[in-house]
Amino acid sequence: MAQLKAGTRMRSAVCSTEVMVVAAPADDVEVTCGGAAMIAIADQPPAGGSISPDAAKGTALGKRYLNEAGDLELLCTKPGEGSLGVGGTLLTLKEAKPLPSSD
Amino acid sequence: MLLEMATSGFGDRVAVKSGSASLSYTQLFEAAGAAAQELASSGCERMALLDVSSLTVPVSLFASAWAGVPFVPLNYRLTRTELTRLVGEIAPSYLVTDGERAEELSKLPDTTVVARERFFEGATSGSAGEPDWPMDPDQIAILLFTSGTTGPPKAALLRHKHLVSYILGSVEFASAAEEEAALVSVPPYHVAGMAAIASSVYAGRRIVQLPSFSAEAWLELARSERVSNAFVVPTMLARIVEALGGAESADLPHLRALSYGGGKMPLPVIERAMKLFPTTDFTNAYGLTETSSTIALLGPDDHRAAAESDDPEIRRRLASVGRPLPSVEVRIQGEAGTPLGPGERGEIYVRGEQVSGEYLGRDSTVDGEGWFPTRDSGSMDREGYLFIEGRADDVIVRGGENLSPGEIEDVLLQHEAVMDAAVVGIPDEQWGEAVAAAVVVRPGRSVSGEELRVWIKDRLRSSRTPERIDFRDELPYNELGKLLRRKLRAEMLGDAT
Repeated sequence: MAQLKAGTRMRSAVCSTEVMVVAAPADDVEVTCGGAAMIAIADQPPAGGSISPDAAKGTALGKRYLNEAGDLELLCTKPGEGSLGVGGTLLTLKEAKPLPSSD
Repeated sequence: MLLEMATSGFGDRVAVKSGSASLSYTQLFEAAGAAAQELASSGCERMALLDVSSLTVPVSLFASAWAGVPFVPLNYRLTRTELTRLVGEIAPSYLVTDGERAEELSKLPDTTVVARERFFEGATSGSAGEPDWPMDPDQIAILLFTSGTTGPPKAALLRHKHLVSYILGSVEFASAAEEEAALVSVPPYHVAGMAAIASSVYAGRRIVQLPSFSAEAWLELARSERVSNAFVVPTMLARIVEALGGAESADLPHLRALSYGGGKMPLPVIERAMKLFPTTDFTNAYGLTETSSTIALLGPDDHRAAAESDDPEIRRRLASVGRPLPSVEVRIQGEAGTPLGPGERGEIYVRGEQVSGEYLGRDSTVDGEGWFPTRDSGSMDREGYLFIEGRADDVIVRGGENLSPGEIEDVLLQHEAVMDAAVVGIPDEQWGEAVAAAVVVRPGRSVSGEELRVWIKDRLRSSRTPERIDFRDELPYNELGKLLRRKLRAEMLGDAT
């Protein structure tokens, strides 16, 4: 459990997923991927981990994921087989709201 | 990180094209990685680029981020003395420039000077290695020397967190279709040039570079490259409209979106442009270097609604910069620091994750609550549309009344004989400051100062009627079309004595 900060990057312990925190709640929060707690980007995933069948829908490159309260937002920077979650609930895909191109 | 995502998402696509040369995302990624190793081994603390647009620009930008050193694009129009001072401020640095300048600058202390060709060859013949970059969100990504309208240039600094916040707040990853292309005609040392690279890479939109702007070259490139998106400063659009002359249409069916910003757009230019580009979506983007580019947008629907409306309040929105992005807050503040209501004029303040407001070696200009003073003055209407009046420093104080030069200029420009106009305050014994106008008359037309005074008096209050009107052949602009008001004022005062 740790307090997350915008810009922090994490990797999945059980698949190739990598994320960057876009927005985070003030409270400590444990993000999971494929059912296992995510680890720091610099850390090596432990051997032998496997994806929980309840969290195996996968992540998609460049998509953003939100918790139910809407105060946690993660950007997928590398896709994988596991699904993102917090406290046993899976995060949902954030709908894109396109803005007109300005540059 | 943005580039790594683009590379794994659509690595084979063309990332950037300059003339007949191009790089795919994978090639750009490999070149940036190789150049990052070169930067790291040079021991530099910053990477500077003193050059026009070329494939080297995106390579250097991403190489700097990868190596964890700030990227400093320098203005190639500066004098040797100015350059020496700026390079001194950013030493020890790794400086890439054209061959001729590389010779000239090779003696600068604490600076590794490398010719562009050598740097580019080195980068494109190497390979990336492992992408284990630090990407500390608080690290400085870009240092941009602002044009410094009120003194010597200051280096505005943008951290990774500001830029990433801007990109995530305004662009959806891989949202561009494969055939889309963005024409970049602003120089690399302008924040719009940097923003265009980051946005296009993240969207997966091919960048087409135009190193030296002319209206004819722009139109030709837009046609031959089937450009879908482009950004121009107002002067560029004015020249494009002029180059099209009496044409019915610009005949650029592929151009879906044309955005503009970086200065005030004269109403006649945008109105004519909308007729010449009937199938193009126009967007006015307002932003500053210190805010990582765009903070407010007047979108295509706003443009159409304003152009078609009979309601003066909606119609005048064509002259506004639109509404703030959802990710930023904007408020108008009075002299006493109090927030002002709709229609009231004051200084524009902005707050948001993409706002830096910091300069190298100076205290942050952002207050304790995160508000950054833009030094632009303006107002907001009831629906939240933002109107920029000009720089707060340019406001004319005449007999205790604050007058906006922009408002008077707009009225002058509506006169059919007036091609260009600028208004400044000049010292006046009776009023403190008096209103002085400089006017460029359209070729083949004539108008007297008295006629123009009556023209303004009929449309604005008499206090806004210029005490003095000078007729000139042209007004002083910098190379990006920013009016050099201080220079004009000095010239007008010099003329008077």
